[in-house]
Amino acid sequence: MRRLILAAAASAACALFGASSFAGTLDQVKQRGVVACGSNTGLPGFGIPDDKGSWTGLDVDFCRAVAAAVFNDPTKVRFVPLTAKDRFTALQSGEIDILARNGTWTQSREADLGLLFAAVNYYDGQGFLVRKKLNVKSALELNGASICVQQGTTTELNLADFFRSHNMKYEGVVFAAVDEVIKAYDTSRCDAFTTDVSQLYGERIKLVNPDEHVVLPEIISKEPLGPAVRQGDDQWFNIVKWTHFAMINAEELGVAKANVDDKLKSEDPGVRRLLGVEGDFGKGMGLTKDWAYRIVKHVGNYGEAFERNVGEGSRLKIKRGLNALWNNGGIQYAAPIR
Amino acid sequence: MTALPGSSFVRTQPAPVLPPPALSVGPVGWLRANLFSGPFSSVFTLLAIVAIGWVLPGLIRYLFIDAIWSAPDGEACRAPTAGACWAFVTHKFSYFMYSSYPREAVWRVDLTLLMGAILVTWLLLPRAGAKRVGALLFFVAYPVIAFVLLSGMESLGLPKISTDLWGGVFVSLLVSTVGIVFSLPGGVLLALGRRSRLPMVRMASVIFIEFVRGVPLITVLFMANFMLPLFVPENWTPDRLLRPLVGVSLFASAYMAEVVRGGLQAMPKGQFEGAMALGLGYGRMMRLVVLPQALTKVIPGIVNTFIGLFKDTTLVAIVGIYDFLRTVETARLDPTWAGPTISTTGYIFAAFFYFVFCFGMSRYSQAMERDLSRDRSR
Repeated sequence: MRRLILAAAASAACALFGASSFAGTLDQVKQRGVVACGSNTGLPGFGIPDDKGSWTGLDVDFCRAVAAAVFNDPTKVRFVPLTAKDRFTALQSGEIDILARNGTWTQSREADLGLLFAAVNYYDGQGFLVRKKLNVKSALELNGASICVQQGTTTELNLADFFRSHNMKYEGVVFAAVDEVIKAYDTSRCDAFTTDVSQLYGERIKLVNPDEHVVLPEIISKEPLGPAVRQGDDQWFNIVKWTHFAMINAEELGVAKANVDDKLKSEDPGVRRLLGVEGDFGKGMGLTKDWAYRIVKHVGNYGEAFERNVGEGSRLKIKRGLNALWNNGGIQYAAPIR
Repeated sequence: MTALPGSSFVRTQPAPVLPPPALSVGPVGWLRANLFSGPFSSVFTLLAIVAIGWVLPGLIRYLFIDAIWSAPDGEACRAPTAGACWAFVTHKFSYFMYSSYPREAVWRVDLTLLMGAILVTWLLLPRAGAKRVGALLFFVAYPVIAFVLLSGMESLGLPKISTDLWGGVFVSLLVSTVGIVFSLPGGVLLALGRRSRLPMVRMASVIFIEFVRGVPLITVLFMANFMLPLFVPENWTPDRLLRPLVGVSLFASAYMAEVVRGGLQAMPKGQFEGAMALGLGYGRMMRLVVLPQALTKVIPGIVNTFIGLFKDTTLVAIVGIYDFLRTVETARLDPTWAGPTISTTGYIFAAFFYFVFCFGMSRYSQAMERDLSRDRSR
């Protein structure tokens, strides 16, 4: 309730002061010297401080990429850890410039809260975790299973929808806190555990024997996660959106952190345009022409960021799945730079 | 004494002292007096023994025998038989202490904490002399030195460290120390203001106290951090850490004011009249006669507020500041360590930390009470 009131108050204040007071985010960022990035308070693989307190994760790397494009220095980011409750207020009030906090892109968040989602840097969705020894290969074989789920979430509703639409029965074992859910699953009180896939992988490593459990291939809901900005500043929106597109394009064109300097000599026109050898594509966004080169040089392409934070290079070991490039079986697709 | 003639019944030697009944001395006597003095206490003692016997072996097993004391990562702690994962605590200890504070500069935090500890001990130990020098150092010199050390000053060769990177135990201690140091004088002033005969002063104090007590701290912190930028230009917004510091201090002052007012109201009228009869003005009457007695009376209330404040500092985590508890909560999610026992271990460690500080404060205040009330106890 308080969140609603605050959001309403924030929107009212936005209306009073006019959206124009937020224009020129890029200038503000340059003047301040850092990008203020709203991050998760701690989600493994997406945004979490390491032993030394420096931030790591896929969303964190995204903010570093924006900083690299603007300042040629990926460390010029100020991370503001936000809970799910206060994240939108912080963005609306101007406390942060980007909200890269595994937020789901929904219609109401854009229409009612005055936000714009710039891109989808992780296609998430609800899935199932089961024991390998059950020998279940698909969620459609879960008829009659008992399923652990967190209470009062959309997850619970999606679960009911999925089973009803497939004419299957299940027995829900519900708990209020996610820690209780995973504990119940680990002590065999249910056959399967359901929540968003990224979280399934994160919870799986907390189990006693993570290797004895497998995430089923079915995804039963759409949870596109991505960075959001305030409405009313198209230039900043473009910078954030094209930072993601530059990382996708770099992967598609085979440009990576390690070979980006060699690629400057490439004859491929797509690579030359991406790295600013030909044309000046940064200018329209208020950036330099090597903006994308800076991103790849400091942070890497999308595939590298994915594998390093959530994929094979991490403990989570999430498969690329939907997040593979469009020409590789996934749906990550970027408009061309030209 | 010589025996009177003819009175042979007078004993010349005292009767031998008999030992007390065997059941009322030694361990048995102690047990009978303290644990089995009646049917009620016997039943409760037995119940307590059963409860302890039920919980304690498992607890000791979990905390010590099955605990993993050293490991390079969470692998060993994930074993089904593993108890508390102390390796996780030792591995993450520097993160708990300093959070994101740059590791090459943590000596600055250590030095600040060390100086603080020495000064606080100096001020709190009744035997240590030269209290005025100590107080001057702690309240005037120390904040300046601590600020320069922690946030840095280029001209002294100390690189600047933004408060975004501050966190961990030292921020918890910082917030509570600032709160405690400001709330006592603030509370005394507000309490005096509330009892003042000047209507403006009284109204202002009443409004402040009632307003602050009527609003949850979380709301104020939230407003200060996320709503303030809506109304104030960006360059004017105060530092992110300063906002909760001010908020916590104001809050603690308002609560403290009511505690102190309780003490003032308990003072007999004669104390005021006596002081006035001696020709003391308002300031000296309060400073020399009334407040010393009033504050002594409410030491339990004051320390109660301090302990509450110390634990309330965990609320700053809501506005994105990594206090000690939040560092524990974040560290337990680290994929290298995450496992079934990690959360429990982390929270046990956090509970231990808060208990040590709160229990220390409480014991110290009891010693102070005994010390200060010696003249009045008969």
